[in-house]
Amino acid sequence: MATTRRMVLLGGATAAGALVVGYALWPSDRIARLNALDTADGEQFVTNWIKIANDDTITVVIPHCDMGTGIFTSLPQMVADELDADWSKMRSEQAPPDKLFANGALVEAFALNGAKPPAFLQGLADNTFRFVAANVSVPPIGYIPQITGGSSAVRGTGIYGMRVSAAAAREMLIKAAAARWNVPVEECSTAECKVMHEASGKSFGYGELAAEAAKYSPSPTPKLKPKESYKYVGKPVQRFDIPRKVDGRNKYSIDTQTPDMLYAAIRISPVFGGKLKSVNGDAVKGNRGVEKVISLDDAVVVVADRYWRARDAVATLAPAWENGANGKVTSAEITQRRRDALNGTSLKTDVDEGDTAAALAKGKVIEAIYEVPYLSHAPMEPVNATACFKDGKLEVWAGTQDGLGSRAFCAEAAGLDIENVTFHLTDMGGAFGRRLPGQYNFLTYAVKTAMALPGKPIKLIFTREEDMQHDFYRPNVMSRFKAVLGEDGLPTAWVNDYTTDDTANPQAHILYGIPNQKISAVVVPTHVPTGAWRSVEASWHGFFAETFVDELAHAAGKDPLEYRRALLKDKPRHLGALNTAAEKAGWGTPLPPGTARGIAIVESFDSIAAQVAEVEVSDSGVKVKRVVCAYDCGLVVNPSGLTQQIEGAIIFALSAARNGAITIADGAVEQSNFPDYEMIRLADCPEIEVHLLETGDRVGGGGEPGVPPLAPAVCNAIFAATGTRLRTLPINGQTITKQG
Amino acid sequence: MTVRLSVNGETHDVDVEDDAPLLWVIRDELKLTGTKFGCGIAQCGACTVHVDGQAIRSCITPVASVAGKKITTIEGISAGGPTPVQEAWIEHQVPQCGYCQSGMIMAVTALLKTNPSPTDEELAASVTNICRCGTYPRIREAVRALAAKG
Repeated sequence: MATTRRMVLLGGATAAGALVVGYALWPSDRIARLNALDTADGEQFVTNWIKIANDDTITVVIPHCDMGTGIFTSLPQMVADELDADWSKMRSEQAPPDKLFANGALVEAFALNGAKPPAFLQGLADNTFRFVAANVSVPPIGYIPQITGGSSAVRGTGIYGMRVSAAAAREMLIKAAAARWNVPVEECSTAECKVMHEASGKSFGYGELAAEAAKYSPSPTPKLKPKESYKYVGKPVQRFDIPRKVDGRNKYSIDTQTPDMLYAAIRISPVFGGKLKSVNGDAVKGNRGVEKVISLDDAVVVVADRYWRARDAVATLAPAWENGANGKVTSAEITQRRRDALNGTSLKTDVDEGDTAAALAKGKVIEAIYEVPYLSHAPMEPVNATACFKDGKLEVWAGTQDGLGSRAFCAEAAGLDIENVTFHLTDMGGAFGRRLPGQYNFLTYAVKTAMALPGKPIKLIFTREEDMQHDFYRPNVMSRFKAVLGEDGLPTAWVNDYTTDDTANPQAHILYGIPNQKISAVVVPTHVPTGAWRSVEASWHGFFAETFVDELAHAAGKDPLEYRRALLKDKPRHLGALNTAAEKAGWGTPLPPGTARGIAIVESFDSIAAQVAEVEVSDSGVKVKRVVCAYDCGLVVNPSGLTQQIEGAIIFALSAARNGAITIADGAVEQSNFPDYEMIRLADCPEIEVHLLETGDRVGGGGEPGVPPLAPAVCNAIFAATGTRLRTLPINGQTITKQG
Repeated sequence: MTVRLSVNGETHDVDVEDDAPLLWVIRDELKLTGTKFGCGIAQCGACTVHVDGQAIRSCITPVASVAGKKITTIEGISAGGPTPVQEAWIEHQVPQCGYCQSGMIMAVTALLKTNPSPTDEELAASVTNICRCGTYPRIREAVRALAAKG
């Protein structure tokens, strides 16, 4: 084993700058296999993910999807710095869905080295190992597919993978040049895609050296650059993908075109878990273009020569469904079940510090119940996939948040060996968690449709209505808080009992140093499928905890900013973010009547986000006028791209806070399209100001942590403006009156 | 049933039903996929195209109703290289996933033709398209910059 495998370094710098080194399996034929899989003429893999062409072009092969977050530019920025590249030579492209590009190599690396991967990588491992183990033939230690989620691309793949791989590649290029010149490597330096030998004045372009460089083993300990010498990381580099996203050229899943393509539209049992009892397909068989009506276990599909013909035909069918007991479930009943569970005996405690019972007995207990509704992801591109089953092989085109995992999933759905499945991962029109593993109903139906009508590619597109009614929703959850204040007004006890769909939520643990704390969860399953929605559990625990803290500040007669400052006095990074947001927002300065500010701070995905919302409450409703966000993720790779993500997160959160609610009646989702699941548009978009901070040693995520503080900041502002405390969302539809 | 369409300066005779939605005819018959499907009920604007210079939502437009009219898609306005709107979109780094941006750009382009210097309010009243990535602040900045140039 040891003689047939080499090791490649995958590691990261610790606070002190020393390397924490991990090793991934690096079979000696890896470069040859990479080259065979994914190179054009004149290209050469040097290390994992990094190809160098004859003309010095450097292509970073990204083991993630492009759902709009800008990582196809920020990851190359990290590579360019460690590789001493010329930015004009940098490119990026999608990794093929192959085990060679499984980003679980990062976790393997830690596992093999006996080290513990960072918590967020463990999360990926836990979530995906189970799936992989069930679906794919894997090496003994397994591998993680190509997940894009958990705000992990830069802080995971970038920091622990690409940066190190690039530094190793640079050293290999130097070795190759030094060998050609027959000089010590110490005499060589690199800049702008060249290795130089100062004494002789000679130089080689990287392209001339790539093939020789690739023959060396990547060093397990390449020297990483100090942050001060970065040329590209930290700069607002323009995204590679934007020019092709302004003229209609960028291809998404729904744009897949193949010869002889057919189109499919679907109606799925409106009640989750319901079954198709019967459907009279003959009703549409004479329709122009209709090829086939396919009855599935829980859906009916019409395949036609054009999409609108399939869509119109399936709409006219009258399927009969077998709903079972789920057909009677309502939102009110689900809420009641959650209340009952909080009063029941099944709560499991995962934080129990001090003596909360004794502390609660010492003062007036402040108690409040919070609840948030189900939410749909509603990406602009409704879920869809194209599949073709021909001669025992399956070919699929789709946008998902895990290309390799999707390939395995389709193989399982079709009952085929993974080697007989080709999966083309496309760009996607938003995802926000909708296209993660566990939520692939669109792949299942596309594959089943293709299997039922072999020989032709069939593009199955959910209507917006099917997309909204067959999502995997942000869970509807509830929290009940109890707290007691000490003489200084700060809480001495904090009790949080909350409901959850599956497991305890680490995000329920609070930032604040309160001496007596008890945090307990109770699982309340329902028939409504749930999944990860941008910022996941932070989206509700952030709202719950940061609004309840505001209640405590009010009870103590303290300013909400001062109150949080006192609670965070030993946490300089959090204080820094809080103070920055407050200062930039002009906290404490006068505002017009009816307008007020609210503040909130949430840490998630290793990033700290503090937001101040300025909100006007008038007869015409609630208007969020301005949001100021201070954001500390430790290292900013692309300030323009990161700011985009935070602006987007704020608007995503505001749509949900203001309008978002998926409700259940007769077991099915009541909402169906944007009129009853409304989004923020330009008219309601506040002015947004983002201030980026870079403190601390850990690099945090960028895609999600901007979401959680928005709802509590807005609701705290509404309270400051009116005295009305909102403990549920959305805001619209609730009575907000000026209190005494 | 043949419908004669003029799209991006080219004439196409398409054999479709009179009430076939213009969006799907553009996408599936003419294979111009820059125009996007978002909601199917004229709510989100991802399907925005120009008919005789006016921004319309093609997902609910029966194809026969635009026979003989001048239809322009995102591919049509891009044919001569980036327009000032597209250049501003790049400069202000507007798109994220990019899916709604064809419709956004078509809607903004139509607005600027009749009102080269819209206020924020005029922009918001005219461009009611949905973007789930939340690119509105940058759209507003880009249009402010275009408006300043007049």
